[in-house]
Amino acid sequence: MLSEAKPPGLGRALAPLVLAAVAVALPLVLRAFGLEFYLSLATRIVVYAIAATSLNLVLGYGGMVSFGHAAFVGIGAYVTAVLISEGATSGLLHLAATVAVTAAAAFVIGAISLRTRGVYFIMITLAFAQMLFYLANSVKGYGGDEGLNIRARSLFSLGARILDLKEPLAIYYVSLAVLAFALVALARFAPSRFGRAVLALRDDDVRAEALGFPTYRYKLVVFVVAASLGGIAGALGANLQGYVSPNLLHWTQSGTLMVMVILGGVATVWGGVIGAAVLMLLQEVLGAYTEHHEFWIGWILLAVVLFARHGLSGLLAARRAPRAS
Amino acid sequence: MTSAAAQPPLLEVRGLEKRYGGVVATDRVDLDVHAGDVHALIGPNGAGKTTLVAQLAGQLASDRGTIAFAGDDITRLAAHERARRGLVRSFQITRLFRSASVIDNVALAVQAVAGTSLRAWRPVGRDTALFARAREVLDSIGLGAKAGHGVDELSHGERRALEVGMTLASRPRLILLDEPMAGMGPDESARMEALVAASAATSTVLLIEHDVDVVFRLADRVSVLVGGRVIATGAPAAIRSDAAVIAAYLGEEQR
Repeated sequence: MLSEAKPPGLGRALAPLVLAAVAVALPLVLRAFGLEFYLSLATRIVVYAIAATSLNLVLGYGGMVSFGHAAFVGIGAYVTAVLISEGATSGLLHLAATVAVTAAAAFVIGAISLRTRGVYFIMITLAFAQMLFYLANSVKGYGGDEGLNIRARSLFSLGARILDLKEPLAIYYVSLAVLAFALVALARFAPSRFGRAVLALRDDDVRAEALGFPTYRYKLVVFVVAASLGGIAGALGANLQGYVSPNLLHWTQSGTLMVMVILGGVATVWGGVIGAAVLMLLQEVLGAYTEHHEFWIGWILLAVVLFARHGLSGLLAARRAPRAS
Repeated sequence: MTSAAAQPPLLEVRGLEKRYGGVVATDRVDLDVHAGDVHALIGPNGAGKTTLVAQLAGQLASDRGTIAFAGDDITRLAAHERARRGLVRSFQITRLFRSASVIDNVALAVQAVAGTSLRAWRPVGRDTALFARAREVLDSIGLGAKAGHGVDELSHGERRALEVGMTLASRPRLILLDEPMAGMGPDESARMEALVAASAATSTVLLIEHDVDVVFRLADRVSVLVGGRVIATGAPAAIRSDAAVIAAYLGEEQR
């Protein structure tokens, strides 16, 4: 139904713009109400939204249930933190190195894992991620299991001025820009030639290959691109926290990203964003009332999985535009 | 056929084997399919027809033997490389892309062989060439009015027609049709028969089919597969009167 160009409803077209405006104005609003403290939460949500969106690309659109996605986020965080601790503060260098290293790792891991399918693929990606988790634990020179504190942050020179990601506003807006780019790219990808081929091989890769699509190569491309975006999220996270630790690569982090994607909506452009925002706000709000907030979040996730097949973004879309058959 | 000696066959299979443990699914199969023919492959259930198709199209690796297509050895090529050379199959059990509309399924089939698909920024809806061909295919299989529908909304016969339509869409040189009429009513079968006959005008067809009446109407040549072996190949009339074929498959009533 992608081909039948439906005129998008006004609400559907305006909603992203309204959201973008709110996101851009948020720091001003927070300052006006003296709630600057929440800017760091907002930035964390944006960074997690990037990571969840990258997982949604490989899991939702690509149909590859990668259970080791946090490893790529962690690699990105470590690459940036290690470079900074070695005295290299160029943000462009951090970005280039992050993408290069995560893409290379994803290429190797993907090339091997994508020879398997189903539950074997889940297990082998998990195994690779756990290997990297233990590797991060064992590198004593960069903190080992205690993690690594970084004093400086990524610096970007904009002509005469220097953009320092230590500034709360700078890290917020840079993360927001990365997220916006990722969402626009994802929205363009879905109805493109490549996006449709990827959806086709998610539906039935035997048929897709029989028709002439090099399915293995396409899956590997998606896997590597998603991992690179995850790595960028990790680099931003390292800048935000000023600290990296092996826990970033732990499988429970991969699980959290998966929960975000499923909660927000698998294979929807906004799924990762909605999932990250809702989950982290729930943790924040419920965490203020009870120690057992994970218990209640579990019930909410259960309800979403049972009653909203396309996650929360599916619910929103259904309310706005009842499906005409 | 008379042209057989003049040029090498489009598809040339020699000594092809496939074993599962002790079971021989494909047993030293030799098969020549000549350009322009409708070549039917018949045989009882369990004869190994679908296994052979999967070996020819590349879903299954062969244990021994060679497959040559248009003069090139394709025995070790991946399925997508065979498709891009013009050897495309349909499936006995319908395989469609569920999250795409009817016309998108066909457009994807056209796209699959049309060079690279790594363009990730431009909406495909502007690819008029893809959709012009897809519409043409839909009209030819009688699904023109259902272009925008989801594939789950189609009847069994329509889904079978779409299955075959996707296979024809890229104008392959050789079409492998694995029981295109499986589970169809008489009307739908007749329409499918006409479709196969029409596609034979532009492509070579290897047709796996149970209905021997259809086979003898459509085929230029017939091969009979029994127990993984080709026990006879020839013109329909010769096959119909072949003693071994009658004993193994056709039985008395077909005489």
